[in-house]
Amino acid sequence: MMIRNFSASKFTVIVAALSLTIFAAGCKKKAPAPPPPPPPRTEAPRPVVSKPLVTQFEAEPSTIEKGQASTLRWAVSGETSSITISNGIGSVPASGSRQVYPSNTTTYELTASGPGGTDSRTATVTVTNPPPPPPPQPPPPNRTLAQMLSEDVQDALFDYDKSDIRDDARAALTRDAGALKAIFQQFPSGTVLIEGHCDERGSAEYNLGLGDRRSTAAKEFLVQLGVPADRLKTVSYGKERPVCTDSNEACWQKNRRAHFTPGQ
Amino acid sequence: MTKKPFAIAIVGAAATLVLLAQSNVIIDISKAGGKGTIAIPDFRGTGDAQRFMGTFNQTLWSEIDQSGAFKMAPKTFYPLQVPQTAQDFKPGGPKLVDWSGPPVNATYLAFGYTAVKDNQLVLFGWLYNVSENNLASAQLIGKVYFGTVDDAGAKKVAQDFAADILKQFNLVSLAGSKIIFVSQRTGTKEIWMMDYDGSNQRDLTRYHSITTMPSVSPDGANVAYTSFAHGRPEIMIQSLETGRHLVFYNQSASMNAQLSYFPDGKSVVFSSTASGGYAQIYKSNANGSGLQRISNARAVEVEPKVNPRTGSEIVFVSGRSGPQQLYIMNADGANVQRLTDGTGEASNPCWSPDGRFIAFAWTRGFEPGNFNIFIMDVASREYTQLTHGVGRNENPTWAPDGRHIVFCSRRGGGFQIFTMLADGTQVKQLTTQGQNTMPVWTK
Repeated sequence: MMIRNFSASKFTVIVAALSLTIFAAGCKKKAPAPPPPPPPRTEAPRPVVSKPLVTQFEAEPSTIEKGQASTLRWAVSGETSSITISNGIGSVPASGSRQVYPSNTTTYELTASGPGGTDSRTATVTVTNPPPPPPPQPPPPNRTLAQMLSEDVQDALFDYDKSDIRDDARAALTRDAGALKAIFQQFPSGTVLIEGHCDERGSAEYNLGLGDRRSTAAKEFLVQLGVPADRLKTVSYGKERPVCTDSNEACWQKNRRAHFTPGQ
Repeated sequence: MTKKPFAIAIVGAAATLVLLAQSNVIIDISKAGGKGTIAIPDFRGTGDAQRFMGTFNQTLWSEIDQSGAFKMAPKTFYPLQVPQTAQDFKPGGPKLVDWSGPPVNATYLAFGYTAVKDNQLVLFGWLYNVSENNLASAQLIGKVYFGTVDDAGAKKVAQDFAADILKQFNLVSLAGSKIIFVSQRTGTKEIWMMDYDGSNQRDLTRYHSITTMPSVSPDGANVAYTSFAHGRPEIMIQSLETGRHLVFYNQSASMNAQLSYFPDGKSVVFSSTASGGYAQIYKSNANGSGLQRISNARAVEVEPKVNPRTGSEIVFVSGRSGPQQLYIMNADGANVQRLTDGTGEASNPCWSPDGRFIAFAWTRGFEPGNFNIFIMDVASREYTQLTHGVGRNENPTWAPDGRHIVFCSRRGGGFQIFTMLADGTQVKQLTTQGQNTMPVWTK
């Protein structure tokens, strides 16, 4: 657009003026030439010395957790004879970077020296301690003998008016034997009371004898399986301490049992 | 008017026939009202004495009524002229036939009055046999009784008079007798005691454990029971007079329980696991020393009871043939025989004071647990059933009169203590508070 505006007529005028000047000069050839001017006096060039300047010195990131790395970056301008970084890094080039792994908060100092002087700058890497790890898994709390009995040892159940160890009671007591041995290992002076219980139907007097027989039968079975006899006591509650008080077979069955509680 | 008592007599006779048809247990005690009809008009008191006549008349009536020996002639049938002293039977006054004839139809008449004299309540009491033709032979009792001038005194003179009336018929008054029992009303089973009529209930033990199965020494001085107070069931004996414990050496065993006495009070029997194995019957001195095992079976054996008359037989409960049954053996353990026929479950034997009968609980004819009270003639093994499936009926024991039985029953929901005549009639509830079981009637 500009070129087009620069019109052809103006261009012509400039060319004409230039030609006239050349012509006029050709006309002066005839006059003596003046001596050339003395060359300008030039002094011997004095060398220019620039002062060292630390243009950049920083730690990125400036805060690390212990064990992580931070990167130092620096740049120095000017004439230098030495550039060093403190804290054991030593001489470095005029610009560069270096990873550092300080274990504590550390302030690095970059010193640049040259004929023009010295410049220095510091950069600090703040080291934080990592948050403590979660506490170690606590050891399982020591259960009491009573807890172990109630959690690990099952009742042995009986038929009506019977003290024979039925198949399901045999299985229960076999597991109980293992649990009781473990319990006695943990409680070397512990004893266990085997309670004999009955349902409500027979007479209270007869049930006292029947409950005694049930607790004794359960004890004898456990002793056969290696549970120490002197750690097992027995008591009959007859039908005096029912665990269930409804008058139906489901409830009666719950009450016809040998039950384990801590001794004394 | 004349038909009513006649109708009552018919019903009574029919009831007696039914009872006899059920078994041949011939027991005087079964014949309620067998001693005849008695009329007891209200007595009156002179002056201050009248204030206590409500108590007096109620006590006298109920003592005679509860004996079960008499038919009580209804008061509404009595003539308007009521004698107050023997002298009242004079020409123009009351006549014997007014009482022996219709509508009263009584054989006996008790009458009299009270007055306060020398700061004492004095009862003048007479008993006449109004069926006699002449006054001279009619009088059976004419006696003076003394009591304090209050309701307690009125009750006492009424009881004393009633006791004399019963004595005329060889009957023992129960006034003054006690019932020892187990109550759970305070939360745990303890031994309690009350008067024979349910009054004056009080605790004898406070172990806060399980204390149960009481029995009483023959002299009525000591109560023995089974307590878990020290962990395992063991026997304890306590003086009823002082409340102090008597020495009893329990065997080192998982169970020592259910003591009962020989008639001399010097030896006892009980159930123990002293030999290990099954609970068995043991005999010892009253303090537990001198132990002898007297039963020997691979079965639970409990509740030994010594014949209180002979001391030579023991009834007990055993599972030796299966479900619990009654057995009898000699006091040394020889000659064991089963008393019940093997059906149902039998328990709680108790000898009558004369040693002829056993009252017991039996599920015969019912599901396990549904006990009824029976009595058995030990010589003939014949039995009769006294309760009939109302709740669970257990632990019968005989009253000292040999005519009454106290027992516990769940007929009202919870267990309570009842008395009845030994024919199953005149059932009366004595307790209401908490659960009450295992009554023992003692003198």
